Amino acid sequence: MDLLQLFISGLANGCVYGLIALGFVLIYKATEAVNFAQGDFMMFGAFITIWLTNTDYLGINFWIAVPVAMLIMGAFGYLLDVAILRKMFGQSQIAVVILTIALGFILRFAAGAIWAHEPQSLESPFAGREVRLGELVLGLEEVAVVFVTILLTFALYLFFNRSKLGIAMQAASQNQLAAYYMGIPVKRIQSLVWALGGVVAAVAGILFASKGAIDPSTGLLGIKAFAAAVIGGFGSLPGALIGGLIIGLVEPFAAYGLPAGYSQIAPYAIMLLVLIFRPAGLFSTTQKKKV
Amino acid sequence: MTEPVLKVDNLESYYGPIMAIRGVSLEVRQGQIVTVLGANGAGKTTLLKTVSGVMTPAKGTILLNGEPIHGAEADAVVRKGMVHVPEGREIFPLLSVGENVALGAYVRTDKAQIARDLEMVYSYFPILAERQNQRAGTLSGGQQQMLAIGRGLMAAPKVMLLDEPSLGLSPLLVEEIFTIIRRLNKEQQVTMMLVEQNAKVALDVADYGYVMEIGRIVMADTAPALESSKDVQSFYLGVQEETQRGQRRWKQRKTWR
Repeated sequence: MDLLQLFISGLANGCVYGLIALGFVLIYKATEAVNFAQGDFMMFGAFITIWLTNTDYLGINFWIAVPVAMLIMGAFGYLLDVAILRKMFGQSQIAVVILTIALGFILRFAAGAIWAHEPQSLESPFAGREVRLGELVLGLEEVAVVFVTILLTFALYLFFNRSKLGIAMQAASQNQLAAYYMGIPVKRIQSLVWALGGVVAAVAGILFASKGAIDPSTGLLGIKAFAAAVIGGFGSLPGALIGGLIIGLVEPFAAYGLPAGYSQIAPYAIMLLVLIFRPAGLFSTTQKKKV
Repeated sequence: MTEPVLKVDNLESYYGPIMAIRGVSLEVRQGQIVTVLGANGAGKTTLLKTVSGVMTPAKGTILLNGEPIHGAEADAVVRKGMVHVPEGREIFPLLSVGENVALGAYVRTDKAQIARDLEMVYSYFPILAERQNQRAGTLSGGQQQMLAIGRGLMAAPKVMLLDEPSLGLSPLLVEEIFTIIRRLNKEQQVTMMLVEQNAKVALDVADYGYVMEIGRIVMADTAPALESSKDVQSFYLGVQEETQRGQRRWKQRKTWR
């Protein structure tokens, strides 16, 4: 029973890592930039939701606050691309990396300045409730996290494989020039991908904040999610999720079975192993061009 | 004569400080195949890229059906009815063949007509219909070229820019592709501007031809006239002339210089 509960809570954590990793991969695939602020996007999305819905702040109904927060983060991602990242076009990769790292710092301290540095948790309808399955007692919030992640993954899958815009996004990420030749407005598509990255980050943040307290420096767990994305093979959406789940599951079990401290090392140790034995990641989808 | 569909006037285009297109003017008329011949680095591809809006010209005008399109973004040019089938295929390797073809119609919204065009494309390239659900990256080079052309057709273009469709293909496949190009021109009245290094096949399908050298047009004539011109024969078609001494002359002067 203990192990099963560990499994469930690991799964819930893994879902959050997976969603942040998904944001990394989405943006990387579409724009070839790594958004190191993705974890901070998540944190900021969570704080916006807390600000909207907690009784200490605005106290808006949770079910209204969530879509509003997603919308705000989406708009934030879109405008960020239009106003800043597009101007960086043609600069070296490292410039974009430094820019996003700096952006992470800005978000972290902005959140601290606005909402203080103390941990806060989201007043969600799931908080503190339990689901009993026989002898098994699960937190409702953990079940909700897993459920929402599955739902979001399914929605994203449908979006990318069935909708015209989704397929165009894939096309633009696989061959930007050809997408341009086909009349796909690549720049707008890239901004939309940043918006999508913001929305996914907001969902991850809401899930994270509803199952525990969050403070402005929580965004640093983006590094763990980055490891998840690398494990999954940077560039593969299912890989990112599975990488997140692997890390989420390994952590509690390492804490349970190994001496103290190892659970913090475990995610990066796995990343190293993957990089050594399968440098392209577990689910890479690179393809060489035929001439 | 009718007004040209595509009229390029005094076009100049740069790669940084390097002038790649030095004042090119040409015309493509409705229903014609116009070919631009030239050696490596003559500026043929740059010319097409500038015409289709991927590169911005420094000077000159491009008129599509009398409407200026120079300086417009590539996606706007596609919306106006000109599609570019790029050199080296440039397909979307991880999408299925069907999705690749469908993306060609990205700028269009007329569902019924798109469905009809899809059938038309598959009737010209039955292999694509057969492989619809396969990833495009798994196709052979020739099939990828067919896919690129099919995808371009789905935009229902007024003018189609074809950049080296023979690149990297066996002579047999080149023959096949050019047969289809000719059929598309005759049966579907697709107007085309064809850039080629393979002068022989290009002149065989074309109505009119231009010869480009280091960024300039040096000759312009009807395709049969170009084919019989001494200069084109010796420099692009590889016809060797016996001299009085029975040897090949290595130092030959081009008459256009």
